[in-house]
Amino acid sequence: MKKKIWLMSLALLLAMSLVAIGCPAPQLVPDEPVPLLPALERVRVATTTSLYDTGLWAHLEPMFEEEFGVELDVLYAGTGIALEWGRRGDVDAIATHARAREEEFVAEGYGVERVVFAYNYFLIVGPADDPAGIKGLGPEEAFKRLMETGAGRFVSRGDDSGTHGKEKAIWREAGFDYEVVRGAEWYIEAGRGMGPTLVMASEEQAYTLTDMGTFLAFKADLDLVPLVTEGDILLNVYSVIAICPERHPRTNIEMANNLIDFLTSPAIQRLIGLYGVEEHGMALFTPAAGMEGK
Amino acid sequence: MTEIGQGFVKALELIISLDPEVMEIAWRSLRISAASTVLASLICIPIGGLIHFRSFRGKRILINIIQTFYSFPTVAIGLLVFLMISRAGPLGFLGILFTPAAMVVGQMVLITPILLGLTISALSGVDKAIKDTAISLGATEFQAIWAIIKEARYAVMAAVTMGFGRAISEVGCAMMVGGNIRGFTRIMTTAIALETVRGELELAIALGIILIGLALIINVVLNIIQQRYT
Repeated sequence: MKKKIWLMSLALLLAMSLVAIGCPAPQLVPDEPVPLLPALERVRVATTTSLYDTGLWAHLEPMFEEEFGVELDVLYAGTGIALEWGRRGDVDAIATHARAREEEFVAEGYGVERVVFAYNYFLIVGPADDPAGIKGLGPEEAFKRLMETGAGRFVSRGDDSGTHGKEKAIWREAGFDYEVVRGAEWYIEAGRGMGPTLVMASEEQAYTLTDMGTFLAFKADLDLVPLVTEGDILLNVYSVIAICPERHPRTNIEMANNLIDFLTSPAIQRLIGLYGVEEHGMALFTPAAGMEGK
Repeated sequence: MTEIGQGFVKALELIISLDPEVMEIAWRSLRISAASTVLASLICIPIGGLIHFRSFRGKRILINIIQTFYSFPTVAIGLLVFLMISRAGPLGFLGILFTPAAMVVGQMVLITPILLGLTISALSGVDKAIKDTAISLGATEFQAIWAIIKEARYAVMAAVTMGFGRAISEVGCAMMVGGNIRGFTRIMTTAIALETVRGELELAIALGIILIGLALIINVVLNIIQQRYT
């Protein structure tokens, strides 16, 4: 009796593991070796958290999969990590927003070409009572005011992302050494994606720099208001880059190119321009295919 | 407080209505963790038996090291596995990064110390006479180890359960090597992490309830087996 139970549980465990590996079709006696990976073709894109958190990818993913008969795997991370995955050949394409670093990535031979597909704007948000009094200022002046008054706190992404890069650029333009800013007592480095950083800023009633898309997508849950929205430096351009097949021959360059064609096609550009209008009353992105000067 | 209450009600609705997304994620979690637990057990229980059975120099130290690794940070294991299976890494040719297979490997590495250590502890509880008897009756080393493992089966089962518990509840490694890809590598813990920061609390709570429920069921079943057959 005891032995039976012991054997039965062993058989059950074995069956479970076979089902688990050979998923989704549970076949205990397969005709051919159980593939460790599903045979379906996959293409992988690493995207920034600011694009992912808006839900744009979840919106476009099924359309791309339908059109090309492929599984699109969307990974989200800060631009820094997305570029690193690209350098290592772990993804087939990257969709990021840090022009200088993207151009460097292409120049180093990791990416084929930087293709712009959308833009929107960054904005500085903060508590409605605005303790540092930055409302309506330009972004550089606003940062200067934060630094000089020390009133109110600032939550930084602090994750080497595109948004973080933009924030550093604004500090530089405002005339401050970023290392000095980092040391300030009121400066908080979240080390997380755009959504979580906004939630944290809201909880702390602090200022933060955010892209328009994520802010609109999260607005309902936040106790923050837009304070600084005008300034050339706040332009936020999204581009997509296929990983260079000469550098990483095992990446799926064909599907990466399909993805780029898809994102820049007139039909999808139109959809990108309409995304969010229904829910937020305004578009989260402006389509920008062909605007390579950005 | 109302937020938690409402989240809880919505979460129960999601579970009772067998919401396809919740069920799909939970089912994937179960499959991946079951696979990693079974595969790791098949490797670790015999090796644990061997370590227990043989006496060699440094055995005490080896066991100490194994026990230290019980609490190895999951993100550190994630990083290690990531570096190994990334295309630029030594096992990159396998191409398994950001797939369920990578998560199985990660979880196997993660629970190996627990399975080894607890197997050794379990076997230590067996009367030494059994080993001696088996040997004197002419059993080979493996037959003797098998006899001891059989004797300690409930304690070994508890070890396997512990391993499964750690595998299904960890998030750091799964996030790093699986990538939390929707419909492919998204499991309960990574989904909870994502949905919480997105403010989709109902889904997060529903998955949390399922996770705790699973742990409860497994423990109750294990307890019943142990009480009935020991």
